[in-house]
Amino acid sequence: MIPFDFEYYKPTSVQLAVKWFHFLQKKGKNPLYFAGGTEIITWARQNSIHPGAVVDLKSIPECNAMEMRNDKLIIGACVTLSALSAANSFPLLSETAQGIADQTARNQITLGGNICGNIYYRESVLPLLLANSRIVIAGMNGIREASIRDIFLRHLRLGNGEFLVKTITDRSYLSLPFVHYKKRQIGNVGYPLVTVAAFKKDSQIHTAYSGVCSFPFRSAQIDRELNDSSIPLSDRIVQAIDYLPAPLLNNAEGSAPYRKFVLKQTMADAVHTLESR
Amino acid sequence: MSSLDSAKYPVEFEVNGEKQTIRVRAADILLYTLRDNLGLTGSKSGCDNGDCGACTILVEGFPIKSCLMLTVEVDGKQMTTIEGLRNSPVQNAFVKNQAFQCGYCTPGFIVNCEGLRNKLPHADKETIRVWLESNICRCTSYEEIRNAVKDVFSLEK
Repeated sequence: MIPFDFEYYKPTSVQLAVKWFHFLQKKGKNPLYFAGGTEIITWARQNSIHPGAVVDLKSIPECNAMEMRNDKLIIGACVTLSALSAANSFPLLSETAQGIADQTARNQITLGGNICGNIYYRESVLPLLLANSRIVIAGMNGIREASIRDIFLRHLRLGNGEFLVKTITDRSYLSLPFVHYKKRQIGNVGYPLVTVAAFKKDSQIHTAYSGVCSFPFRSAQIDRELNDSSIPLSDRIVQAIDYLPAPLLNNAEGSAPYRKFVLKQTMADAVHTLESR
Repeated sequence: MSSLDSAKYPVEFEVNGEKQTIRVRAADILLYTLRDNLGLTGSKSGCDNGDCGACTILVEGFPIKSCLMLTVEVDGKQMTTIEGLRNSPVQNAFVKNQAFQCGYCTPGFIVNCEGLRNKLPHADKETIRVWLESNICRCTSYEEIRNAVKDVFSLEK
């Protein structure tokens, strides 16, 4: 059980959600935005977080949108991973989402919750980073739109009281040749040693990573090294790894040296496969 | 605001075809509301962490881990627990194939399989494999469980 009480609010519009969040914050309630809730419930049960109120976003229509409009794929932040995988509008995102947790959990975990969570992996952001998706954010100053590449720097840089409403992805990115590899220590369910999502656009390979460092990332320097066809692939990979943005993760899923070994193999698989397409 | 400042929230829902109105804390977990408030003890507490699937129920037809859902979230929704699947084709297939040993995980497996049957009645072997990965059987009756599910979907064993 969760060993403390909190208040529960379920707004039906973006504006109400923001207004109530700020009202609760002013009352000192330490509110949290809530979607699938799996991470918040887990942390609360462990007494690691103590929100005085949660603002459930699941009744906001914009947060549940999943549609193609003007050659843009719009996915609301409260769309579940199983729903977006089933729709399969963005196959790389579908496949990446299918690798997160298990099927039943994916009926609860939302796109927004996965991107904004506190766990290291947050793999559903990888295809969005690769596709230069834009994200719509709501806050006290209204609605703003930003490139996910500008605002997802180790984590989604939201201002106080802001929340992710939806993602917008250009149609031109949806059907590119892609690969997705999720390497785990064992089995088909669980956190990754290494996850690599990659696609090929205009003869260039673009890659994004989870499980390698303590946050998901995409690196222009790594992509530049991997695309340098003047040298052998094994040398490219050695040079690319020099550009990791932080130390390799070293935890129960795998040691840093083992992760480096798996990363090298997975990079080789990704580049080799995409170069032939 | 659609909320109360008091500690208890009224929640209305339908479980196994029966309407229920109860008052709960916002922090109350659905699994324990079902077990402790409504006496529906078929859904089991295993890991309490969303890993084992013993607490699986159907919410609006979708399998959900009730240990990771607040009771206030199911206001206005329809739920099915293992108690609502008595003599169902899935339960009968599990009995016929002896797809259990201690039986603790069985309600979660049956409910999950029922959800798959409802959502994807023509599921192939790969889809069945993916869905069943949501549940853990510590007695490792996986072979018998697979056979029971194949019976349900009329697949070759």
